[in-house]
Amino acid sequence: MDILVVLEESKSKIHRASLEAIVAAQKIAEDLSLNIAALVIGSDIANLSTQAANLGISEVVTVNHEMLSKYNADTFAETLIQVIEIEGPSYIFCGHTYQVRDYLPKVSALTQKPLITDVVGYRVEDNQLIFSKQVFNGKLSADIITKTDPPILISFQAAAFSADDLGTGNSSVRPCNITLDQKLVKTESEEPFQETAGDVDLSAANIIVSVGRGIGKKENMAIVEDLASALNGEIGSSRPIVDAGWLPNSRQVGSSGQSVTPTLYLALGISGAIQHIVGMKGSKNIVAINKDPDAPIFEVADYGIVGDIIDIIPKLTEAIKES
Amino acid sequence: MKIGVLLKQVPGSESKLRVNQDGNWVEEESLNFEINESDSYALEEALQIYEKNGSQGEVAVISMGPDRTPKVIREALAKGAHRGIHIVDTMPYETDPFFIASILAKIVQETAFDLVLAGLQSEDLGTGQTGVILGELCGMSTATLVMETDLQNDKIRVKRELESGWFQWVTMNLPACITIQSGINQPRYASLKGIMGAKKKEIKTISKADLIPSLGPLQTIDTIYIQKKDSTTQMLEGDTNEVVSRLVNIFKTDIKVL
Repeated sequence: MDILVVLEESKSKIHRASLEAIVAAQKIAEDLSLNIAALVIGSDIANLSTQAANLGISEVVTVNHEMLSKYNADTFAETLIQVIEIEGPSYIFCGHTYQVRDYLPKVSALTQKPLITDVVGYRVEDNQLIFSKQVFNGKLSADIITKTDPPILISFQAAAFSADDLGTGNSSVRPCNITLDQKLVKTESEEPFQETAGDVDLSAANIIVSVGRGIGKKENMAIVEDLASALNGEIGSSRPIVDAGWLPNSRQVGSSGQSVTPTLYLALGISGAIQHIVGMKGSKNIVAINKDPDAPIFEVADYGIVGDIIDIIPKLTEAIKES
Repeated sequence: MKIGVLLKQVPGSESKLRVNQDGNWVEEESLNFEINESDSYALEEALQIYEKNGSQGEVAVISMGPDRTPKVIREALAKGAHRGIHIVDTMPYETDPFFIASILAKIVQETAFDLVLAGLQSEDLGTGQTGVILGELCGMSTATLVMETDLQNDKIRVKRELESGWFQWVTMNLPACITIQSGINQPRYASLKGIMGAKKKEIKTISKADLIPSLGPLQTIDTIYIQKKDSTTQMLEGDTNEVVSRLVNIFKTDIKVL
């Protein structure tokens, strides 16, 4: 087995990040003539296995165990370690989901194999794969080389590959048997829950005026509210504004908040960390204003202005009211 | 209760970054270094856990880095941590999370911490692995993306952030190593008394060379570079009045929201 892609479930479907990892695997497999297997684990896996069998890969391997009924870091890590021992893949691919961030480093620690997280690309050099990732908050990139025998563990950043490029075709499904002992469970997981929904569904908004750390202080939030009201839009934000308590959780856009696709996404003083980008890059028009010309937000923006939002916002509000 | 906190010093978020001559790090000379954001939340959470549980034991901060590093340790001591440990690293810095965690594990095992807290990821390398690997190497329970903690005798119950506004409570045996998500609390400022008191607190200095593990590094940075921009971004230039009037026109005629 060359590449084993670990699939994660999200709302009875294969998680988008897992599908993107499949796409990465399909591109790499084509470059290096490798085979791809997908791994489905859980206690009720028929549905996900069926979906996995249509992804145009070599085979689907399943682990069915009652101790895998809900996510637990200890059982999931142990399961993957045993599958690696039995199947001997050269690469383990995952999406860089919150779940993967929780248990995949444990697999790296216990197998003493390298884990490269948040990978955005790769290149082939002398038949070797070199993976690249963003560093320094997305301002720079780095090529990473590994120093061990296989396997290598990889998690791919959200949207680094597009699920639209998925291959199709049927593959066989077969079980892989592992043993899990209650004694290895050091953490007891409760059922996931959603905090009470907020006052607004940003995913339905047509115009979002979104504010980030560049606003500086709470007193400056008023000018953002004025602009949002002049544009008849909703206020959104990046994480630091919610962390500071200046806006409720329901206003947060990004991987830990809402995903939005408005006609206009106006990003004010938002640097554009990937956690934010994944939640708004589907917007139809992105306008970014930031005083840092190197801010990653300009990579995804359709229109950009380098400048001080404290200076620009009130003038923009005024001009909109006059128009 | 012995609590350890892992701190990392990273370039401030508004730093202008230039790749160094060797192409393996950034030019540090003109940079302003700060405490890694989520580490600052981890420190605050450690201090609160300590205070809520009878102020028994200690909060020790551990940081690996070059000569500039004691500044963040001193800041943590001024906020209330009791002692600091500085593992002195030199260029080229260690960048493999497994290798770094193996070095830190020697310190953590020596003190036999009941609880270790770290930020969920660093703003420079952003691997998001070191805390988890450290916990695993020390035989501790681990949990990531923690947004609330509740210490209960020999266990700790933590609220983990999942995706899209979902959460999950996890109860773990001690000793445990947890990584903290930004926003879990409101980090305190150091008081003047704290700043004065910090001067008398101990910072133990250990050379990385004395802690080199037998295995690793498993991975290394080959090169750091500025990514090529395939940007189709239309930049609006000019004075404020000019860019504002052009933007209003774009809102009207191109995006059609006015």
